[in-house]
Amino acid sequence: MIALLRRDLALALRSGGGFGLSLAFFLIVVMFVPFGVGPDSTTLALIAPGILWIGALLACLLSLDRIFQLDYEDGSLDLLATSPLPLEGIVVMKALAHWLTTGLPLTLAAPLLGFLLNLPDAAYLWVFLSLLVGTPALSCLGAFGAAITVGLKRGGLLLSLLVLPLYIPTLIFGAQSVVLVVRGLDNQTAFVILAAISLFTFALVPFAAARALKVNLK
Amino acid sequence: MQFEARNLSCRRGDLRVLSGLSFTLGPGQALILRGPNGSGKTTLLRTLAGLARPETGEVIAPEDSIAYAGHADGLKGQLTVAENLTFWADVFGHAGIDNAMDTFDLRPLATRQAQNLSAGQKRRLGLARMLVTARAIWLMDEPTVSLDRANVKVFAGMIEAHLAAGGIAVLATHIDLGLPAAAEFDIAPYRARPDDTGNPFLDEAFA
Repeated sequence: MIALLRRDLALALRSGGGFGLSLAFFLIVVMFVPFGVGPDSTTLALIAPGILWIGALLACLLSLDRIFQLDYEDGSLDLLATSPLPLEGIVVMKALAHWLTTGLPLTLAAPLLGFLLNLPDAAYLWVFLSLLVGTPALSCLGAFGAAITVGLKRGGLLLSLLVLPLYIPTLIFGAQSVVLVVRGLDNQTAFVILAAISLFTFALVPFAAARALKVNLK
Repeated sequence: MQFEARNLSCRRGDLRVLSGLSFTLGPGQALILRGPNGSGKTTLLRTLAGLARPETGEVIAPEDSIAYAGHADGLKGQLTVAENLTFWADVFGHAGIDNAMDTFDLRPLATRQAQNLSAGQKRRLGLARMLVTARAIWLMDEPTVSLDRANVKVFAGMIEAHLAAGGIAVLATHIDLGLPAAAEFDIAPYRARPDDTGNPFLDEAFA
């Protein structure tokens, strides 16, 4: 299974792998906000956590259809399905590769971009932590959506529509973990629920996604 | 070891393609599937491989013994020939790719990216993948497409060696490989009747 992870990382990093796409999109969204909202620094500080979370979520959404679609098109998904690897394991490795090439870079970039939005000092740590804990849930849920839509031509739209409602709880509690700190309140509950969402999806999604793949490979 | 299909019915989408198909293969035996385009060879192979569920009947084979090769080779264009093979060797837990590289004379291409290979070279790489799976039952769909004559001979030799080592193969192909151990299997008699969709509502609609 490690071989699959290594291959997916190598493919993402080589030319045409789309590694920088999400990160560039995130950068563009966050950079445009001060121009659109205006340079008032108190307004920016107020909306900064929400913008960072929404930006990360949309950037994540952008690369979801690559999780299974490319392997489906070139036939490797059929071959993987007949290999000794369990489908659930394939889903976990694919989601992990997606997180390492999308969620993790976004998490690392977010505090730097927070600077552009006049993010309050106390919030930097929590932007980083909430994204670190929350983005794995985004990748997992995304892998589920990608597994459901894998056989469809131009399935990207359907994938987004399927996944967006699933993303809402993660977005609410992820953004709240930062917003509450900005307001000077205790964010423990929101952060713990965010962690619970991540663990819950990680435990459940591989099985659901494996079933969906099985149906779609017919 | 035995590979057996018992009273199989296969379905592709809403259409039943084949029904009542049975065969048994022992070590060293091969089956060449014959039938015109669209007669259900691919559907049958996918069902045998476990990618599609049979509508009725069953496929009996030892666990984790089947290697499948479809129309698409499953190659990654950005990876080199050696990297592609090594990946599949790792996935199937097989030690080396040397034998596979030598069989199809892939050494001169080892460091070339798969996207820069010709169609025939890609196919050779796809076929070499079967060797690194180290599995006993090979299911192959049109394996000789885009191979030149010399490489068709190499491929026939590879199948012969596989059978001699106690392997089993089911191939869908239109050309004659000259394999003494292979039986031809015409699937046309097992074709489901056009009205035999298995869906009573559809039957009524077209009655």
